[in-house]
Amino acid sequence: MWWPKFVAAGVILVLLILWELACRGLNLPPYILPPPSRIGLVALTRAPLIGPHALATAVEIIAGIALALVVAIPLAIVMFARPALERALAPFLVASQAVPVFAVAPLLVVWLGYGMTSKILMAAVIIFFPITVSLLAGLKSCDRDLRLLFGLMGGGFLDSLRLLYFPWALPQFFAGLRVGVSVATIGAVIGEWVGAQQGLGYLMIQANARLQVDLVFAVILWLTLMGLGLWTLVGWIEGRVVTWR
Amino acid sequence: MLTVAHLTKQFNAAPVLDGFSFSLPRNGFTVLIGPSGCGKTTLFDVLTGVVSKDAGTIRWGGRTLAHLGAEAAYMQQKDLLLPWLSLAENAMLPARLRREKNLITVRKRVESLFARLGLAGFEDHRPATVSGGMRQRCALVRTLMFHRELTLLDEPLSALDAITRRSLQSLLLMLQRDFQRTLLMITHDVEEALLLADRVLVVSAAPMRIIQDIPLATPKPRKPDDPTLIALKESVLARLEGELDHVVA
Repeated sequence: MWWPKFVAAGVILVLLILWELACRGLNLPPYILPPPSRIGLVALTRAPLIGPHALATAVEIIAGIALALVVAIPLAIVMFARPALERALAPFLVASQAVPVFAVAPLLVVWLGYGMTSKILMAAVIIFFPITVSLLAGLKSCDRDLRLLFGLMGGGFLDSLRLLYFPWALPQFFAGLRVGVSVATIGAVIGEWVGAQQGLGYLMIQANARLQVDLVFAVILWLTLMGLGLWTLVGWIEGRVVTWR
Repeated sequence: MLTVAHLTKQFNAAPVLDGFSFSLPRNGFTVLIGPSGCGKTTLFDVLTGVVSKDAGTIRWGGRTLAHLGAEAAYMQQKDLLLPWLSLAENAMLPARLRREKNLITVRKRVESLFARLGLAGFEDHRPATVSGGMRQRCALVRTLMFHRELTLLDEPLSALDAITRRSLQSLLLMLQRDFQRTLLMITHDVEEALLLADRVLVVSAAPMRIIQDIPLATPKPRKPDDPTLIALKESVLARLEGELDHVVA
């Protein structure tokens, strides 16, 4: 069926038209609610201003994803190999998500400064949980008969991990990664709100203080496009790695 | 020779195996047949070490072993091929896990077995792109690549259509004849048991015990319309129906 892929685009288009008509019909001033046409224009014409900030945020997000992967993959494997460790670490994993990221952000800025490091860490903290949990669930879901077969073939843990468990868990790993990258912008932007010298969060705070609401919306549009771009990129990589589905 | 003596296994105080004993001669093809839930798969689980036995001894090759996990090749109803590997890579898995150094030689051995089993030209195909019968033949090659004399077959043909099943039955006979394997197979198909086996063990409902031991000396391949086999089939079916009535009662 061809039509489902156009439903989302159609709904968004209708909402944008209603928004545009409301702004024009109600004569809303642009510092309260700018119309979508103006936001689109600002997003394009102010690209020289927004672009470098977007680049800084993108670097923070990608570095955050890399850091999250470096922590999450070994952590999930260790917890899979040692179930007792999983039981011991589970409360800490849940706690890392239960504490609001807004509460931690000022502390990280105090400890790590106004540079990129605190934002990278914020992004990583948000991303690593869904990756760890989904990869661990994927590893644990491996077919019992396949595990038995590998045992009978004399497969050690590392060989079984490489040839059986990890490929088996890849679809779930990518599902977690998709969730992670779609919320990665939150960590980076919150970090920039609390204290930064560049980045889209920093630009939003500056624009908001000057009542440049159209610029705030333009930045949100850029952030949305970055999130969608990362989501699509992960989907593309998944399609090239998980070729057997 | 495989000798299993007084094997006992209980689940929640219910005995599934209660002193079960049997022995297999080397290079023989023995088929175990019995009603559903009688404990045949539990027997294989105990033999392969998936579950530990409560009591009893397992002797193979003159040694007493806790289980046969490191001694037996294993094949079951599901082909258990990894979808991310090609057919040849799947068949090479036992060698890779044994850390055999020369994988080129292993690959050549697999290619030669593929040719023998009618899989030539499909070495680099993924499992999802071939038929169920071809996947099961690939699983058979992988079973051969274990390089273990004792082979446990847990209903390996039951998910296949009649024609594919007939072709794989011939391959199992070839496996025994040309590769000198000692085969122990579970099946629910009485005719299949009588066509393939040197010996059929008919077992009771749980706790499992041997109720009929049928040595079959007629040469293979056998014909399903052989009157002797038809008479034997009726006799085995009557015993199994009797067991079923016993369970229902």
